[in-house]
Amino acid sequence: MKRTNIGVFVHNKGVSGPQTEHIVGSSTPRKEGRDKVSGRARYIDDLSFPDMLYGATVRSRIPRGTIRSIQFGAGIAWDEFVVVSAKDIPGKNYIALIENDQPCLAESAVNHPEEAILLLAHPDRHRLPEAVKAVSIDYEPLPAVFTIEQSERKDPIIWRTDNTLKSFLIEKGDVDSVWAQADYIVEGEYSTGAQEQLYIETNGVIAQCDSDRGITVWGSLQCPYYVHKALMAVCGLAEDKVRVVQTETGGAFGGKEEYPSMIAAHASLLAMKSGRPVKIIYDRGEDMVATTKRHPSRTRHRTAVSKEGKILGGEIELAIDGGAYLTLSPVVLSRATIHAGGPYYWPHVRVRTKAVATNAPPHGAFRGFGAPQALFAMERHMDRIARTVGVSPVEIRRKNFLRSGQTTTTEQVIDEPVDLGNLLDRALKLADYERKRERFAKENQSGTQKKGLGIAAFLHGAGFTGSGERYLASVVGVEGSADGGVRILVSSTEFGQGTNTVLCQIAAEALGLPYDAVTIARPDTTEVPNSGPTVASRTAMVVGKLVASAALALKQTLVGAGILKETSTAEEFRDACRSYVRAHGSLRSFARYQPPEGIFWDDQKYRGEAYAAFAWAIYVAEVAVDLATYSARVEDFVALQEIGRVLNPVLARGQILGGVAQGIGFALYEKVEWREGRMANNQMTNYIIPTAADVPSIRVFFEELGNRHGAFGAKGIGELPMDGPAPAIVNAIEDALGVPFDTVPLLPESIFEGVMASRANQADSLAGVR
Amino acid sequence: MTANRGRKREISLFVNGERRTVCAYPMERLLDVLREQLSLTGTKEGCGEGECGACSVLLDGALVDSCLIPVAQAEGAPILTIEGVADNPRSQALREAFLECGGAQCGICTPGMIVAALHLLDRRSAPTIEEIREGLAGNLCRCTGYLQILEAVAEAARRTAAR
Amino acid sequence: MRSDPSDYEFAVPATLEDAVKLLAEEPKAWLPIAGGTDVMVQFAAGTLQARKLLSIWNLPELRRIDVLPEEIRIGAGSTYTDLRRHKVIASEFSLLARAASWTGGIANQNRGTLGGNIVNASPAADSLPALLAYEGDLIVSSVRGERRLPYGEFHTGYKQTELAPDELIRAVCLPRRFSGYFAYARKVGARNAQAISKVCVAALGRVKKGEARDVRIALGSVAPVPLRLRETERALEGKRLEADTIARARRTAVAETRPIDDIRSTARYRAAVVGNLVVEFLQMLGRGNHHG
Repeated sequence: MKRTNIGVFVHNKGVSGPQTEHIVGSSTPRKEGRDKVSGRARYIDDLSFPDMLYGATVRSRIPRGTIRSIQFGAGIAWDEFVVVSAKDIPGKNYIALIENDQPCLAESAVNHPEEAILLLAHPDRHRLPEAVKAVSIDYEPLPAVFTIEQSERKDPIIWRTDNTLKSFLIEKGDVDSVWAQADYIVEGEYSTGAQEQLYIETNGVIAQCDSDRGITVWGSLQCPYYVHKALMAVCGLAEDKVRVVQTETGGAFGGKEEYPSMIAAHASLLAMKSGRPVKIIYDRGEDMVATTKRHPSRTRHRTAVSKEGKILGGEIELAIDGGAYLTLSPVVLSRATIHAGGPYYWPHVRVRTKAVATNAPPHGAFRGFGAPQALFAMERHMDRIARTVGVSPVEIRRKNFLRSGQTTTTEQVIDEPVDLGNLLDRALKLADYERKRERFAKENQSGTQKKGLGIAAFLHGAGFTGSGERYLASVVGVEGSADGGVRILVSSTEFGQGTNTVLCQIAAEALGLPYDAVTIARPDTTEVPNSGPTVASRTAMVVGKLVASAALALKQTLVGAGILKETSTAEEFRDACRSYVRAHGSLRSFARYQPPEGIFWDDQKYRGEAYAAFAWAIYVAEVAVDLATYSARVEDFVALQEIGRVLNPVLARGQILGGVAQGIGFALYEKVEWREGRMANNQMTNYIIPTAADVPSIRVFFEELGNRHGAFGAKGIGELPMDGPAPAIVNAIEDALGVPFDTVPLLPESIFEGVMASRANQADSLAGVR
Repeated sequence: MTANRGRKREISLFVNGERRTVCAYPMERLLDVLREQLSLTGTKEGCGEGECGACSVLLDGALVDSCLIPVAQAEGAPILTIEGVADNPRSQALREAFLECGGAQCGICTPGMIVAALHLLDRRSAPTIEEIREGLAGNLCRCTGYLQILEAVAEAARRTAAR
Repeated sequence: MRSDPSDYEFAVPATLEDAVKLLAEEPKAWLPIAGGTDVMVQFAAGTLQARKLLSIWNLPELRRIDVLPEEIRIGAGSTYTDLRRHKVIASEFSLLARAASWTGGIANQNRGTLGGNIVNASPAADSLPALLAYEGDLIVSSVRGERRLPYGEFHTGYKQTELAPDELIRAVCLPRRFSGYFAYARKVGARNAQAISKVCVAALGRVKKGEARDVRIALGSVAPVPLRLRETERALEGKRLEADTIARARRTAVAETRPIDDIRSTARYRAAVVGNLVVEFLQMLGRGNHHG
């Protein structure tokens, strides 16, 4: 039956290889979909254990200082509560991540608003808010830092010796030599604000402590083994005494990558002290104010350009605000650094980047992970270069696109036949770009609606950077069961993006089995190997490839046992599987990540093959600005991307649509209102994301060049769509109004101020005022 | 007229076609009574402030946010949750359409979304896309960008109209 | 959820008479709760001061709409959905019907009531400018009987009203004489649905022999109370809607407002938008065939 489609959806088959697949490449239904649409899926707050306590967190009210005293106020039956402080921590008081600077509970120093200080638990969750309020903490406040600029000025120093959490330097060619040859030197400064992930299910866990088995934590999380590692340290327990189980997770977007280690540690400490299971569920206000957000950024470009519009070289300085502790800032900075040059050829470039500390809750992983920040700046800057040189935004990009055989800023050779000029042409055609620009130029001359079009061209590296995948050394298992079916064993989690479905498709395809014969185990650290964290758009591509390998190895075990022929039917496979399990008790096969040939990365010089694969994209936004209210509205959006191989069309399209919607939020709606390091608008009524009535028509198109490093040729796509919308939209707004804006989020109030300032400048120049 | 400070009382609810009597404080949220006392965990809490619609149920046939309703005000009126709409042909069509069109990703908004869609289709059997947008505007989704949800609802409408 | 349900007393009177009796017994102790779309948000946030709640949801005397020859009486317990569905409100009071359609989403509209909106008295409330433009009256009940007062006098300051502690609003009365008027309503919020307004306009007017007559411009979110632009309206009476009149009206209008910077928006932005929307209204009024 023909499906209703309000966005044109075209699936373009590229040159990826024999199109004989039946399961990979088709829109098999979501593995856990039936439970989700019937309300049967069980998320952490749907679970309850006998004898369970509820936990709550007492948090700092100041951005920086020392704790002088803690009083437990009158009117509360404190003997009914379990109280945990830093002194109760049996292991180490830090949340293990890259460095160990972030305490699990603040002991005397406090470094951000909402920093956790005490934990309380009680059988009746309604008694907790009042108890939390009744804890009064007296602080000796210290001067605090709230912006990148203030942190750079060391005014004061709040982290180690100079507030710098991390820095990188990329140098290619000889930048200092290009300025003299430039016809134009174009400068610009671009900023992006914090963004809240706003998964609809807040953070939550249940921890249980058992004197024999140790600690078990169930929770809404992306990375069970990250939590496992952190709990070993905080609880002082050996590897086999910590168990982490992921429950159905209601959205994550990176917001449940590293943060769950903190809430899991808190629940575990309460469970250890009380001897009872403890559930901690954040309400929305607490989740927004206390957990991670996207790193705010500031990027400065200085580019030497020829009069034809060719980039001769340039300097890029990028800074991100890491918040109070190191957490994942070095990795976010890494990705920002590598993406800073966009999909362009830079013969000479210097990219200098740093992450600085401020007294805000640490910023963290959010879809895109540094790339949206860097690419916003790059794509806005390309339009600025275009205007300065007098070349169109289309031509400036075409002239500077990376081509096969050329090197990126880290000197990685582009060794696939990507043709960005072609991709650009196709996107422009799909967006009806030329005709619309002509029409808008006429229509904009009168009336209060001004329309414009904007382009963003970008790339996104999939998987961990450089040697990251080698370091992860992911392991994947595939198991045959007594009923002849196959079960996948990975720590990769499902949180809406389709992990369960896609990995099952891959295994089914590899084994020639029906999709329904393959299942996937719940990520439980006692049952699945560590296939790495579910981040960095690596799951389909890297873990998927390992699933295929493990599946084939499983088949080889059966072939090797003489009970299956190389070429066999699904039924024959199932029979062989059944009889093997009957005879041997179990049938399992594991595959471990092998770094591919020819991938070299120099961590010192930040040079080499940064990513095993890049996906490429051109996004075009059509925006209308209403000059009565200064609101910008996206009227049409074209999202065209080359992603190696579309493994599941409905799921792939869903990822792009969802990412673009979040990107539109990042551009036009989502503003964190900071008051001294604390998010003041921590409610869904005043932190604004688009509703069904706001999201425009988003038209999604794919191209496929394949990818020898990815399962069935796939590249990662989860984060890619986050990179394009903000610059495309702001470029469109400049096209509509003739006023440049260099900061997102761009709310009507800022458009208003920009339009007023521009009119004042025009009036001044008309009047001869300098 | 009853006034009870700090005292639970028997409250007679009519949930998913059955009479259920709960012992609750009048100010307990209907959402919590459904989830905790009646174990109907399909209805979710996303914000507690009536903005996200994850807690949507039908109360007396009207779409409401159960996080904003004191259980005492729900006494006597028929309540339908995601569990209760299962056998309705329209909601079957919605479930199938959601599965085919990718209307559910992480699934946390899905029960509320389906209840809201059902409410819409019961009033407008052949809604335009604009009407679907308005009908679902009170149900926030962070994963899908909404479009595959709108398509799913339109598809379910087509299929149930065809019958 | 930051309140403890066991801390609250909750009364469910069967009639309006029972409700006002209870209010009279302990006037400042009971907080009436209708649909709960405001009270329950405060409850969840842990900021609700009252501990005794009086449910007036679905009271038959309050949840009704009576159409009389000269006026329509909208029971204070009418929900926004009730308003949207009512034929006479849709056809003769479009400012109110549109405001109802902009309030929250469908779920909020099914529970939020007109009376609740009025008594909560947020300057950003969507339906209040419409009531000001139509110059409605309120009928207010207590054990002492009923009184009728012009809605324009009801709001005395930020979240302060003329309502005595033992009173409930019973109905809003709107005169049925605006069918021939041009109606202009616009809400500016952070998104298309589920948004608290940054600026809200409800305006009416006629043009007779090329001259503006009986123009009413009411605004929300630009002062501590919903506002009628009386000076602007006076200056427009009998004038032709030409460019300089409209420009002057823009300036007067902005001068009558007292917008602030808050978590949602800025004073400068609000002032600019007020000016733009007043101009838009007057231009549309001037262009149209709206002779009485």
